[in-house]
Parts: sequence; structure tokens; C-alpha cells
Amino acid sequence: MSDGTGKQAMIQLRGVNKMFGDFQALYDINLDVYQGERVVICGPSGSGKSTLIRCINRLEEHETGEIIVDGIRLDDDTRKIAEIRAEIGMVFQLFNLFPHLSVLDNCTLGPMKARGISRTEAQKLAMRYLEKVRIPEQAGKYPSQLSGGQQQRVAIARSLCMSPKIMLFDEPTSALDPEMIKEVLDVMIELAETGMTMICVTHEMGFAKTVADKMIFMDEGRIVEEATPAEFFTNPKNDRTKLFLSQILLH
Amino acid sequence: MPAIDVAQSANSGKKLNRRKVRWWKSRTFDFLQFIALIAFVVWITWRSAAAMDYRWQWYRLPKYFYRIIDGELIWGPLINGMFVTLEIAAWGMVLTLIIGLITAILRLSDSFAGQVLARTYLETIRNTPLLVQVSIFYFVLQPILGINNPLWTGILALAFFEGSFASEIIRAGINSVPRGQWEASSTVGLSKAKTYIYVILPQAVPLMLPPLTGILVNLVKHSAILSFVAVFELTTEARNLIGDTFMSFEIWFTIGAMYLVVTITLSTLVGVLERRIGRGR
Repeated sequence: MSDGTGKQAMIQLRGVNKMFGDFQALYDINLDVYQGERVVICGPSGSGKSTLIRCINRLEEHETGEIIVDGIRLDDDTRKIAEIRAEIGMVFQLFNLFPHLSVLDNCTLGPMKARGISRTEAQKLAMRYLEKVRIPEQAGKYPSQLSGGQQQRVAIARSLCMSPKIMLFDEPTSALDPEMIKEVLDVMIELAETGMTMICVTHEMGFAKTVADKMIFMDEGRIVEEATPAEFFTNPKNDRTKLFLSQILLH
Repeated sequence: MPAIDVAQSANSGKKLNRRKVRWWKSRTFDFLQFIALIAFVVWITWRSAAAMDYRWQWYRLPKYFYRIIDGELIWGPLINGMFVTLEIAAWGMVLTLIIGLITAILRLSDSFAGQVLARTYLETIRNTPLLVQVSIFYFVLQPILGINNPLWTGILALAFFEGSFASEIIRAGINSVPRGQWEASSTVGLSKAKTYIYVILPQAVPLMLPPLTGILVNLVKHSAILSFVAVFELTTEARNLIGDTFMSFEIWFTIGAMYLVVTITLSTLVGVLERRIGRGR
């Protein structure tokens, strides 16, 4: 798979459908994400944005269609799923840090227990990423002692410690107080500059304009519009996209 | 409360009357009540004993706790029986936790066979009398399995009984850990087993401790039922002693108190442990 510039498609979705009981959350999703590409997904709540990225690391199982991540097809083979998950970092809306572990231990758990890296190596790695997200001094604290913005930056560092090839962000700033949103977005922008392949579900349009290579607008389980940010913000084609943008950009 | 009283009286502009402490709410009356209660219990006991023409012989009791022969301390049957009871409770608790954890994980698993197995075990154990279960273990399973040891048969029977209750406590504890913890664990590459060990159980165990204390106390109490199958624990020793000495009042009261001391001590110890774990976070 190639887009003509010779880059590999890291993530390919072909005709993906996802049901929750009788409710269809995703309809016939087709999407290619190339290495180093930054994709921002937006859309009204309940439009299937989170479900879509949760299918990519199989936190949700799709019913029909094909999802191929880094050449591995997602199906019921649990060994492959573990392999893929190890390559995909994920940042959640509610951080999901491990409350019984210190910040440092949150970051070293995966490398040590899943990768078998020694404690000293894992701690060195963790400190490097904690410095990148600018909170090395909090390493000894517990998550409950940190602000929301700090917790989310720890969550980013925890994901990066697994040296992922892809990072998924599921509304990473939606649960944060306004004054903390910037510190998280700054870290995400820096991460984007390192060439990380990123898919972000977010309503931070300023962030989207800064980093996105591709904008995706979803509504009622479908990808309604897919465009470059320049096109997306200045000349949206779909009526629902226009309505959504007018509502969200008013504020 | 007083602050509200003051505020209210200030608002209404009325003068605050110092509330008179009624005599039936006083400390002294509380204490007198307690004395009266104790006196009543003692009187009832004494009356029943008198009615039966019972001769109290408390002075004969100490030698059943311990004797000193040639300067050497020898434990009597009551203390030995208590040690056996504690042994049953200790091993019983270990097995109970193992059985409970396995059952809980089976019930929470995706495996249909595992769920059926766990449900069948739970329903069978919870809906039959403990005495019947102990009898089946002793008279049926012991010869079949060839465990030639009533003590271990008894411990096993008790553990299977308490394990059914422990599994529900453990399951509830595991379920109370938010789903996001599972998701975060899988995104950092942890397998299901490793997620249990490093993420779920460390958070769930502190929640399980208080109700599991109840199980430990139950093990101490329910071990008395093993006197029925020739295990020489506290109740068996007591029954034998009564057969020898006819001091039924003294001995039943005594072992009742001994069970109380053991169970209350255990609850207190777990309370301390709980606070220590709580402080670690």
C-alpha cells in the first residue's frame, strides 16, 4: 500500500462496521493513515469517533470489514492483538493512571512486566519521557496528588515508554480545566514534531490547525468529510461539517 | 449542633435556656443500667444452676488449661484444642482464598465451561447444610481420595464452604476496579494475568479485607462443627472434658469466652492491617 510518495500505510480500515447490540456505531469506515501522519477526528458526541480509534487497538471488536495495523490484520488471534497493542500507545479522556502506583512506577510497569526490561533501564527510560512532558520532579508522587493536566502528561509519558509506533488520543483534554489544556496540547504538539503517527479525537481546533495533516469529520457513525486542514476549515463541503464548524468556532 | 442552637436562638431573639440534662440520659444512669444488666445475667445463671442443683466447680478448671509437672509447662486439653482450632482457621483461610480467587476469576472469565463450573460449585455449597457437606467429605470423599487424616478432610470441607462466600467478596472487589484500568493495562502491553497481578488485585484487595475478616471469623466459629468428625479442636476437647468431669456450665462458658477472645483479636488485627494498607496510598 502506498500513497505515491512511497510511504507505508500504517493503519488501514476497509469497510469496518461496528455494532453495540442493535445500535450501529460505525458504518462502512474506510481510512488510511500513513507513517508520520497526524490525523484529527472531530464530530458531535455519539458520532463514533472514540469507537473508531478504540477499534484500532481492539479495545472494541469490529464486526465486519478489515483493520490492518503495521501489516498485521486484526482478528481473533490474541497473540497478534498483544503484538499490535504493544505498538499502539493510547491516551484516555480520564487518564486511567494506576492509582496505587507512583508516577514513576506507572511508567515502568509496561516496560518491565510486558517487555522484560530491567528496573534501572525502565526507570531511565521513564525519566527521559517524564522530562519530555516536563514533570520529572513529580516522579515519586501518586496520581491523586497531581493536577489533571499533570496526570494527563504522565499518561502520555506512560504510553511513550512503550516506544509505540502509533499514538491514539481519545479526547485527551475534554476532562481538563481550561488552564490545563494548553500544557497537554503543548506536549502533544512537540510529540507531533518528532514525526509520531498520531490519531487524535479532539475538539481543540487550534491544535488541529497547528498539527493535523488530515481532518476527519464524523457524524452518526460515518466519515462524512476527509480533507486537509486548510480545506476543512476554509471550505468544508458537507453541510453537517459546516454546521458543526460554525457552532464550534463561534466560541 | 450547639452552634446551630445558638444561631437559631439568636435569630428568634429568645434567650437560650441551658438544656437540663435529664437523669435518664446521664452517664451515671448509663452505668447503673450496665450493672443491672450484668447482675440480671448472673442472677439468671445462678438461678438456673440452683434450680438444677448445680454445683459450681470453677476451681477444677485451671488444670485443663495447663499444668506444671516437675517445673515443666504442659498445655491442657483446652489450650491444645484452641491451637488445633487456630490451625484449622489458618490453613482453612489459605485454602479459602485460593478457592475463592479461582472461582471468582472463573466466573468473570469468558469461558462458558469455567462459568458453569463456578456457578455449580457456588449453588451446591450455598444451598446445602454445612454439616451435610462435612459428612460427605468425611464419610464419602475421605475414603475415595485416600486422605487418611480427619483434620485435613475437615479443613478442606470448611475451605470449600467458606470459599463460596469468599469468591463473591473477591468478585465484587475485582468488579469495583474501573474498566479503564483494564484498558490502560492492555495498552501498555500487559496480559490478562499480569493485569490481575499488578493492577487489579492491588486495588481490589484493600476493599476486600473487611468482609474477608468476616470469613476468617466464620472459619474459627465453624471449625466447631468438625467436633462431629473426630477432629480434636476446641469444641471436641470441651465435649470430652464435660463427659469426664460433668462441669458442663463452666466448660461451655469457658470455651465460649475463648472463641470470643480469638475472634475479637483477629478482627482487631485485621483492622490494624487495613489502616496500614490505607495509609500506604
